[in-house]
Parts: sequence; structure tokens; C-alpha cells
Amino acid sequence: MSDATMDRTFAEPAEADAFSGIPPGKLGMWWFLASEIMIFGGLIACFILFRAAHGGWRAESADVHWRIGAFNTLVLLTSSLTMVLAWEAVKTNRPERVGRFLGLTVVLGLTFLGVKGYEYSREFGAGFTPFSGLFWAFYFTMTGLHALHVFAGIVVNSILWTRAARGRLEGIQHRIEYAGLYWHFVDVVWIFLFPLIYLS
Amino acid sequence: MSQAAVISHAAYAEHAEALGFWRKYVFSTDHKTIGKQYLGISLFMAIAGGFTAYAIRWQLAWPAAGIPGLGAITPHAYNSLVTMHGSIMVFWVAMPMLLGAFGNFCIPLMLGADDMAFPRLNMLSVWIFFTSALVLLASFVAPGGAAASGWTAYTPLSDTWTSAVWGQTMWLFAVALEFASFLIGGINFLTTAFTRRCAGMTLWRMPLLVWDEIAASVLFLLSVGPLVAGAVMLLMDRLLGTGFYDPSKGGDPLLWEHLFWFFGHPEVYVVALPGFGIMLEIMPVFARKPIFGYRTIIYSTIVAVGLSLIVWAHHMFVSGMDPRLATPFSVTTILISVPFAIIVFAMIATLWGGSLIFDTPMLFVIGGLASFIVGGVTGIFLGSAASDIYLHGTYFVVAHFHYTLFPVTFFGGYAGIYYWYPKMFGRMMDERLGKLHFWLTFVFFQATFIPLFLAGIGGTPRRVFMPSAYPSFASLQPLQVMATVATIGLIASQIPLVVNFFSSMFRGALAGRNPWRANTLEWTVDSPPPHGNFPDPPVARRWPYDYSVPGAASDWLPQVAETNPPAGIKVQRAS
Repeated sequence: MSDATMDRTFAEPAEADAFSGIPPGKLGMWWFLASEIMIFGGLIACFILFRAAHGGWRAESADVHWRIGAFNTLVLLTSSLTMVLAWEAVKTNRPERVGRFLGLTVVLGLTFLGVKGYEYSREFGAGFTPFSGLFWAFYFTMTGLHALHVFAGIVVNSILWTRAARGRLEGIQHRIEYAGLYWHFVDVVWIFLFPLIYLS
Repeated sequence: MSQAAVISHAAYAEHAEALGFWRKYVFSTDHKTIGKQYLGISLFMAIAGGFTAYAIRWQLAWPAAGIPGLGAITPHAYNSLVTMHGSIMVFWVAMPMLLGAFGNFCIPLMLGADDMAFPRLNMLSVWIFFTSALVLLASFVAPGGAAASGWTAYTPLSDTWTSAVWGQTMWLFAVALEFASFLIGGINFLTTAFTRRCAGMTLWRMPLLVWDEIAASVLFLLSVGPLVAGAVMLLMDRLLGTGFYDPSKGGDPLLWEHLFWFFGHPEVYVVALPGFGIMLEIMPVFARKPIFGYRTIIYSTIVAVGLSLIVWAHHMFVSGMDPRLATPFSVTTILISVPFAIIVFAMIATLWGGSLIFDTPMLFVIGGLASFIVGGVTGIFLGSAASDIYLHGTYFVVAHFHYTLFPVTFFGGYAGIYYWYPKMFGRMMDERLGKLHFWLTFVFFQATFIPLFLAGIGGTPRRVFMPSAYPSFASLQPLQVMATVATIGLIASQIPLVVNFFSSMFRGALAGRNPWRANTLEWTVDSPPPHGNFPDPPVARRWPYDYSVPGAASDWLPQVAETNPPAGIKVQRAS
């Protein structure tokens, strides 16, 4: 260390570091998402490797309903848009708008789960269950784990929605941002799952 | 800013007054109480882990005699004991002691913070952990017995319904809860270290223990995800009948081994790094000398974290995986010994030329370091595929990993207990009992595992109910007997610790703020520190290792000290 910087290490507090500008909740959420990425990443990596090892599962994957999957992709992408619009309304401090867009996000999330449930029921009806071979085991595990994450996001967004619908944003502004980070993550996971399962 | 902090401290004091017994000692959000809770649970679980060790060793030495306190056991029960011993010691002793206890207790104090970034999440993490311990202990009495597929839960052993139907599923749930607890804890550690440091506490002034705790947290966070995915698949296999790990359904049991060791090997470093952190923190204090190579140690730690994610298949050289993978994984495994060797040499260089004070914490640090080196060097033989093929699955492996994990967990953990006990409870532990505890533990530890190295080189296979039944290993039976006698001695050697731990709470000499004349911030406040830790927010004005600075009035300069050394004197600095 040079003499100039050495002087600075004595008897004066150093300047704030690069991280101190980030609120703890946001940093915590990012670390949480990092661990989630490793969970879904591990699962997706297993799927890709097994699929390659089993010759592509062309026959099995012909039976998924890509139109339903595409519709759900649209639903989830739109819900990400409404989530951003809710956060945008938080920044301009318009509680009714926040409530409206959070509500829309919740409704779109429920739509996604409803459509997913319909899709599952059609597959069960056609005889495809988690025990119908490895492709379907992966299909139900991956989409099921994703659906659980969607459900968790819906619960969080609903709580924030009821708070915002009563016109009070104090104390939940940042939570809406963090819930948004999580919601977009769940969306991005689907963006990976959709082409991997339905389009290949 | 300081005014706000003073107000918040007054609020803390008032708040603490109002708390009843339950909120103060049981459902507490205070990081110090939570740290002590983790310490208590881990020491309690160490008794369970120690008992399983005793039962395993007795069975191996005198298989015909029946285990006193347990009776004669079946081979299946023996597998359960081995499984539970490994699981308990890694997940319910080492992690809560090194991460839970010392991470929680030390990180906010060392950074000059009033508490963790998320105190309520912190309380949640300890209670999830407590629940996981209960689930695991309950599985001992589950129908069919506890899990019996090893702490690695290899498929298809863990995947089939033939044995331990309840035990294996409960084991999975217990481990899942434990992971959730330490994920929450790790996120808390990381966020605290990046957002709650006091004025002047730059990243490059953080004590090494904090660096090691957050490095371990990042590593845990990154490595555990694929195993969580693997555990979901295993649970699906067990409960729903999918076939991820079942070859007859198109699955592959090797998948589990890959996913497990992608986590399992980094897990060793998740435990080892905080153990090193404790050693690195204590060494300069008792050598009265600055740490050698502060930044080098940190860079080495980061390199080790990165490398540890690409060494896992060295556990699988004989598993039947593609043999072309053996060479790359041998290379990365041997490579990872470089950063660890650098850290070990930095430790030795810190001791070199210091005025060493052999109090109990320092004895455990030096004893731990010496033992760990044996563990590290024997790891080279297992890391290169050629020699591993001979040694794989023998007692050599058992001796090797006990020589790495025992020193970091117990020597490191005990050093931490003797060192921070005055800060935790306000009183000193007894030195004579402490030294007795150290010497007995050190001698019996070596006497336990040196015979196992020899038995392993002789070829004795591990995980076998009765190795003496094989005529080719019968001549090695005296080694097993010696290891068992030493194990019983090792367990008995912990009695001085128990006596010391509880009697010192009432009869120990009052510690005062800084009994060790140490520099880090936790020693500037009362022992034990009040709720909220610092009456006034501290300001860190230097790195934590200014010992024996030439020209300074005392041989230690706390991190808050403003004194500059006289002009013209060159001081060894962090970089």
C-alpha cells in the first residue's frame, strides 16, 4: 500500500463502501434468489442431461399441450408487466393504482395456476402421470415446483394488495419492490421451462 | 446519524427491560442469545453424536460382546448408527457450532452493529433448526429404525422401501429443515456484513472470522440448490413412485451421487472456513503479532470457494462414472490444496517469532492446526484417482476426514468457546481444567485415528458390520481395539469441559471487557454485551490486527484506537 493510502487507514473513518447504498431487504432478496437459481438450475441441468442421454424424448414430448403452455406464458408475462406498473405507482405514490395493479397481478397468477390445473387434469385424463416414465416425472416435478413458487408469490402479493387497497402504502413500499423481484424471478424460470418442455 | 443511533440504543434498553423471561431467553431476536441457543443445541447433539461413535467403535472392536448401554445390534442397526453419526456430526454439530453459534454471536459485534440485518428471520432460523433436530432424533424411534443409507443417502439404498421406511423420509425432512434454517441464516450473515458495518469498517478491515463466515455462507447458498432439487426428486421417488434414480424406470442412481457431492464436498469447506476463521482470529491475540498475509488469506479463501465447486467427483472415482472424468477432477482436487496450503502457511508465519501465550484457546488452535495438516496431507492420496482406487472405501478415508473435520469442528469450536466464553457469560473459564481438557482431547484424538490410517492402508473396508469376520483383516483387529479404547477415552475427556462450562458460569473470575487484550470490536463493550451491543456507535479506525506496533504505548491497538504510531515508523499493513 502506498504512503498516501496508508495515511488514510489511520484515525479517520473510511468512506462508505459500494454496498451500503442497498437496503438490507433488497440485498437479502437477491441472495435468496441466487439460492433459488441454483435449485431450478440444478433441476433444469438434470433434465437437459437426461434428455440428451435418452435420445431427446421426441415421442414423449409430443404429448404436451404447447398451445396451453404458450397461453400461460402470455399470462405470466402480462402479470410481470402489471407488477412493474404497481411498483411504478408506488414510486409516484398513487395507492389506488398500486392496489389495482397488484390485484391484477394476483388475478393473472391465479389464472396461470387455473390453466395449469386444467392442463394437468387433461394429462391425467390421457394417462400421463409422474410414473409414466422419466419425461413425465421431470415434467410434473419441474412445473409443480414452479407452480408452488407461483402460489407463494400470489400469497405475498395478496397480502400487499389488501394493504394497498386500504389506501395505506407506509411501510410496504419496499416490500412491493422485493415481492416484484421475486415475481419476476418466477416468471423468468417459466421462460426457461416453456421452451425446454414444450418447444423442443 | 450518531444521535439517531443513541436514541435507538435507549429504545433498546427500554425494550429489553420490558421483555419477559420467554422473549428474553427463549423466543429472542437478540443475535447473542440466538448464538448461545445454537451453541447449546450443537453441544447437546454432540452428546448424541458421541454416543453413536461409541456404539460404532464398540461394535467394531468387540462384535461378540454386545454394546453396554445398547445391547447386541443387528447389521441394519449398525448402518443406522453410522448414518446418524455422520448426519448429526456434520449437520447438527459442526454447522450450528461454527456457523450458528459463532457466526451469530460474533458477526454483529465484530462489525459494530446493534444486531443482524433481519433479527426476526434469525429467530426463525434457530427455531427451524431446533425443529429439524427434533425430527432427526425422533427418527431413532420411528418404526423400522432411523435412516440407514449413510449420511450421503446414496441411491438406490435411500430410494427403496425395503428398510427404514419412516426413518429415511424423516431424515430427508430433517435435512430439508436444516438447509432452510442455514439458508436463512446465511442470507442474514451476508446481508449483515454488507449493510450493517459501523463507520470505518470497510470490507478490508473486517476481521477474518467475518470473512470466513460470509465465504462459507456464499458457498452453502450456491452448493445446496442442486441437492435441494435432488432431494425433491428423491422425495418424489419415495412418496410418488417416480423413477429418477431407478434404472428400471430409466433413471440413474449416479445422478444422486453427483448432486449430493456437488453439495457434499463444498459442505466440508462450509464447515472448515469458519473453523479457520476462529483459529485466525485467536492466533494474533495469543501470538501478540499481526496476522500474516491478511489479504492473501482472503484471496485464498475466495479461490478455495470457487474451486470447491468443481472437485466433487473425486468422491466417485470408483462409482462407475465415466473414467475420463477422473483426471480433470484429480487436477482440481490437487489444485484446491494450494489456497489451503497458503492459509496454513499464513497461520504458521503468524506464529513465527511471536510471543506465544499458551492459554487454552491458543492450545486448541495450535493442536487443531497441527491435526488439520495431517488431514490435508492425507487428502492428497485420496484426491488423485490412481491412489484413491486402492484406498477408496477403507478406514484410511475415515481417518482422513476425521483428521480434517474434527480439528475444525472441535478444536476450532472449543477454541472459540474458551475464547468467547468470557464475552458470552461475563466470566472466565478455568484454565487448569481447560488445559486438562485440551491435552486429553489432543492425545486421545490422535490415538483414535492413527490406528485407523493403518487399518485403512491394510485394506480394512469401512461401513462393514464386522470386519474381523474376514480372515484377511483379522490380524488388523488390534488396531480396531486400540481405536475403540481411545474413542472411549476421547469421550471421557469431554467431562472437564462440561464441568468447566457450567461451574464457570457461577464461579469463574469476572472477565471484564477485554480479558485477552484483543483488538476486535466485541472486546470494547461490557461482558456480556447489552441488548443492542454498543452504547455509542463505534468507529473502526484501523484493521483488527495491530499487535506489538513499534512505538505504540501498549502492545495492542483496538480497532477503535485513534493513536497513530510515531512518524517515520513503518508498520506492516494489511496489503
